[in-house]
Amino acid sequence: MPPSTTATGLPALQIDHVSRHYSMGESSIRAVDDVSLVVPAGEFLALLGSSGSGKSTLLNLMAGLDRPTAGSIVSGGRNLAELSPLELARYRRNTVGMVFQSFNLLPRMTLEENVELPLRLAEVERGERAARVQEALERVRLAKRTGHRPSELSGGEQQRTAIARALVNRPKILFADEPTGNLDSATGEAILTLLREIQSTMDMTIVMVTHERHLAERFADRLATMGDGKLLSTAATEAHASTQVTTQATTGAGQ
Amino acid sequence: MKLRDMTELAVRNLREAILRNSLTTLGVAVGVASLVAMLSLGVGLQQLASSRLAKSGLFDSIFVTPKTNLRGPGAGPPATRAAAPKARPLDEAARVEITKLPNVIEVYPQIRFFTEVRFDGKPFATMVAGMPESSKQSGAFDGMQGAFFSSPNADEAILQIEFAKELNPQTAQLIGKELVLRYAERQSLPSETGGGAQNSGGFSVVPKEKHLRIVGVVETEPASGFGGFGSGRLLIPLPVAETLRAAQVNDLRDVLRDTSSDKPAYASLTVRVKSPSLVDATEGKIKQLGFGAFSLLDASKSMRIFFSVFDLLLGIFGSLALAVATLGIINTLVMAILERRREIGVLKALGAADSDVKQLFFVEAGVMGLAGGVFGVFFGWLIGQALTLGTNIYLKRQDLPGVEISAVPWWLIVGAIGFALLVSLTAGLYPASRAAKLNPVDALRYE
Ligand SMILES: Nc1ncnc2c1ncn2[C@@H]1O[C@H](COP(=O)(O)OP(=O)(O)OP(=O)(O)O)[C@@H](O)[C@H]1O
Ligand SMILES: [Mg+2]
Repeated sequence: MPPSTTATGLPALQIDHVSRHYSMGESSIRAVDDVSLVVPAGEFLALLGSSGSGKSTLLNLMAGLDRPTAGSIVSGGRNLAELSPLELARYRRNTVGMVFQSFNLLPRMTLEENVELPLRLAEVERGERAARVQEALERVRLAKRTGHRPSELSGGEQQRTAIARALVNRPKILFADEPTGNLDSATGEAILTLLREIQSTMDMTIVMVTHERHLAERFADRLATMGDGKLLSTAATEAHASTQVTTQATTGAGQ
Repeated sequence: MKLRDMTELAVRNLREAILRNSLTTLGVAVGVASLVAMLSLGVGLQQLASSRLAKSGLFDSIFVTPKTNLRGPGAGPPATRAAAPKARPLDEAARVEITKLPNVIEVYPQIRFFTEVRFDGKPFATMVAGMPESSKQSGAFDGMQGAFFSSPNADEAILQIEFAKELNPQTAQLIGKELVLRYAERQSLPSETGGGAQNSGGFSVVPKEKHLRIVGVVETEPASGFGGFGSGRLLIPLPVAETLRAAQVNDLRDVLRDTSSDKPAYASLTVRVKSPSLVDATEGKIKQLGFGAFSLLDASKSMRIFFSVFDLLLGIFGSLALAVATLGIINTLVMAILERRREIGVLKALGAADSDVKQLFFVEAGVMGLAGGVFGVFFGWLIGQALTLGTNIYLKRQDLPGVEISAVPWWLIVGAIGFALLVSLTAGLYPASRAAKLNPVDALRYE
């Protein structure tokens, strides 16, 4: 069983025979082909696989950015495939946080303003916003230079800002598509350490796409490997085993 | 998203591409300016024309006659005349009664008579006209030499320029000089003693003289208004003219009429109402009182129709520039979508609904339209002022009084800004819905 579950014990995501096909004229591309997977609440899941195997497509389906051609994705008791566009937008706004390989901060806004953006979308009261932004920035250990624009900061700082932005609306699930892909290995490790820490302190479910198996084995609870749109295998990592043995170790890894 | 956040984001986005968006806004401003300039010209010319016509007294006046007068005395068989016993004399009581009608500014008789004037010992023959006090405000005396009558009862005269030139080619020197008006006064004959109660109604004509001081010389023909047959060349205050009780041409008819000669009846009265739109109703009321009445309202109606068409044409020409500006807005926003694909994708990934994205683009279009509208109205007003200035410089060279040929009334300001907003929102419709439909996965896929 996963390290922690919600009060109701429901999994964070339940993926059932999900497919996502792209039709290219006559032929059709099966980017995701009949994948079934359960992500327990509080788990740190890593999606691995060669390029073009469908990792990003599956992540986007889970994050409510895309709709499956077939199958169901149930989160919080609701099937994402059946939600209206507006309900899906609310799901992305309130239940989900997203982090990308290329950070995707809005270049014309300061870090603070970037982090504030989801609060604007969620219509959070103005008076409350500054404190929420500050809280999120502190969590990713970015208190200085928050009035600067993204281009004036390092890649690691930008990714921390992106994580703060993903967290500011207090989501249940954090999706990260190759969050360390544009970073050097030391910075990448620091980011993964941060994610691991967020997972344990905020009781967050994290689904991360990555190419770096060795990092995934150190930081994730479980590895899911994809190939050609299909889910090839899932396996618990040693990191997971260590959390099972002693919770103290998790906190240690998080620092 | 709340409107305030939306507007903040929109303004921020517009500021970022400041040059392009300023140029687009300028395009809207030029469109609105041309529309406003065209329409202000239309409105200005219309105001000019209608004020000229109003000054002529043609369209806010009603011409009142006694009913019998229309038929003419003795024109019909006696039976017909007897059949109209209600015909009322147009006397002082009638004048007071008409004056008390709502919206009536003034009721005055047309007094003009041909007489002899002595100036510098030489005789001149001219037409004398009584001017009501209200004619001062009518604008007919604008730009005159000298001044209007100092009071309604002053023994003063204003000369019309042609007549003034007969007296002295240097018309300015006439002001302050005196002239003598020779006229004939009607005096009723004393009732024949012992002849019973019957009054014969006869009168004698006594020659008289009146000394008048020349106070002004006027170029227009203020006395050529409605009901004015022939033009007055020597103008005197109407009350003065009335006290002269001159033997007007029209009064000859009174001789034949069965009225007490002591109480003079008017051949006609001119009724001035507050505005041309009130003429119809007042005309009806006067008819109910038992008088004949008519006006030239129809002519003013067709003038209004003419100017509506004129304004419409000017508006269409002005709108062409705005139509081009609309394409500019569409172009700018479509470009912005291409440029901000990724940003739209991010917004959607963060939970923006399609409607949020749509509204964001909509507000951006609206802000450009609003700003363009405000600047455009200002530019349009400037153009109108420039046209007026140019026209007036030309008129001044010709020694003519200045005119206001362009007018920007409040409805034009509000209307133009509102129209610019509406047009820009319509222009934003397509880009906004295109942005809203953008697939976030596609938008985020590539660097
Ligand atoms: N919009 C699309 N139209 C057609 N084919 C698509 C589309 N999006 C993705 N695909 C295809 O689906 C397959 C899976 O793509 P996906 O981006 O999920 O792979 P990935 O595992 O994330 O690869 P990478 O590691 O390179 O990011 C690829 O073959 C891709 O070409
Ligand atoms: Mg990918």
